Amino acid sequence: MVDESRAVLTGTHFMSGDLACAEGALAAGCQFFGGYPITPATEISERMSRRLVEVGGVFVQMEDEIGSIAAVIGASYAGKKAMTATSGPGFSLMQENIGLAVMTETPLVIVNIMRGGPSTGQPTMPGQQDVMQARWGSHGDYEIIALAPSSVQEMFNLTIECFNLAETYRVPVILLADEIIGHMWERVKIPPAEEINVVSRKKPKTPTAEYQPFKPDKDLVPPMACFGEGYRFHATGLTHDEKGAPETVSAEVQTELVKRLADKIRKNAEKIVKAQRVMLEDADVAVIAYGIPSRAALSAVREARKKGIKAGLLRLVTIWPFPQELVSDVAKQVKAIVVPEMNYGQLVREVERAAKTTPVILLSKLGEEPHRPSEIIEAMRRAVK
Amino acid sequence: MRMEIRLAGFGGQGIIRSGLILSMAACIYSDKNAVQTQSYGPESRGGSCKSEVVISEGDIDFPKVDDPDIVMLMSQEAYHKYVNTAKKNGTVLVDPHMVQDRNDPPNLKIYDVPATKIAKDIGKVIVANVVMLGALTAITKIVTPEALKNAVLRNIPKGSEDLNTAAFEQGYAYGSELVRKQGKTEP
Repeated sequence: MVDESRAVLTGTHFMSGDLACAEGALAAGCQFFGGYPITPATEISERMSRRLVEVGGVFVQMEDEIGSIAAVIGASYAGKKAMTATSGPGFSLMQENIGLAVMTETPLVIVNIMRGGPSTGQPTMPGQQDVMQARWGSHGDYEIIALAPSSVQEMFNLTIECFNLAETYRVPVILLADEIIGHMWERVKIPPAEEINVVSRKKPKTPTAEYQPFKPDKDLVPPMACFGEGYRFHATGLTHDEKGAPETVSAEVQTELVKRLADKIRKNAEKIVKAQRVMLEDADVAVIAYGIPSRAALSAVREARKKGIKAGLLRLVTIWPFPQELVSDVAKQVKAIVVPEMNYGQLVREVERAAKTTPVILLSKLGEEPHRPSEIIEAMRRAVK
Repeated sequence: MRMEIRLAGFGGQGIIRSGLILSMAACIYSDKNAVQTQSYGPESRGGSCKSEVVISEGDIDFPKVDDPDIVMLMSQEAYHKYVNTAKKNGTVLVDPHMVQDRNDPPNLKIYDVPATKIAKDIGKVIVANVVMLGALTAITKIVTPEALKNAVLRNIPKGSEDLNTAAFEQGYAYGSELVRKQGKTEP
């Protein structure tokens, strides 16, 4: 029995990050999931396979991750909010079609519950090793949006935000979580449906004959008709004009299109970027963290204050587009920045670039155990000595 | 107050499920905050397996266990790896039939709970984790027996209620007896 009111399970729950992600997707209006199971993201598929059917959506287990992302692009073009969920190896397979989604300006959500890589690496262990792949994984120049949750509640909230951003900017949006958050169980509050902000793509207002699917509005985002609604709509991975017709030799069209695809994100970055500032007002040392290490960082900053270290935290919720200004504001104020990451140094490079002359210290962690608060306190202490 | 609990054994013993039961008992049935995290290998059975629970009245920033107040060990490998991780004067529960090679460190309150044997006697070895949780509840009082029992019932397949209730009751009775013999331990 289909019961659409079951899309939002209002109430207080105790669930894992993966399950909360699935619930967030449903609350955002997701109606299609195409995926292939992979640890540690499988629980999202499992939950969606049961729950989507309840609310009248479609779940397809595809033959692989290449097929998964292709099916999601198709579902989005048919007018449905659509998603897939995977981990590193599957994310690698999706890269070519992520580029297609960027080029065809297809709203969709990709969840990557990061595990240890490279290759099949450590399937059941956490990592943050796909940060640069999320940004630059597909070929060509483009901008993309990626959010990094640090709690089970945020797995719910930010999945909704991913859909809203995808629909607003006609761009693939990545929820970049890690194995610890995906498999962690915590309390989650799901608000009543009417309190959840849900955004849907803007529709064309022009007569069907005049519609140009890649002609942008002032915000650089073109309204999106859906297949089957009566509009002529040609979509291609080739460079195309505003009608969607391939234009494979014109430098002007190539320049205009590539710039617009990037600028619709760059010029709206201020609206997109979200971060949490904790005790930064008078800080002379800052931790900049995202995902699971930010939980240890929060604890470390609180403890450090008790020990007389003027510590603060900038927790990045949005990692792409990179919050350049927020980081450089912090860098101007503090003596040093500590960046704990569960990789061998990825987002730290962006922090260094924004920090200019302020010293940036990488705390790298690989494998099972995340940073302990004491390690971050020690790094801060050394930094301000 | 923040309490950290580490549960360890091998895949198939219900170690991760035990962590879930304990955290649900705290979060859903005791109105505290709780976070459960887990660690296991790619093998679904036989590989080493660990579950961590943090329980607190306040917010839980760091969700992992750093300096555990309570450690529950159900395999030889888990014993070697984690017996020394318990904090000073911490509480350690060991299944002596699963851990024969022992070198108990000083300054710990160690309780031997033959959970696997008790479970076998009840009829099914798979409820050994619930026996252990019963004993843990009696010894540490970290949650009430009612809260834990409710959480057990929420986590088991239909038709296994009697078996699991018996496992919990026997574990709880065994734990209470140990407390009488060895002295109480406050969380």
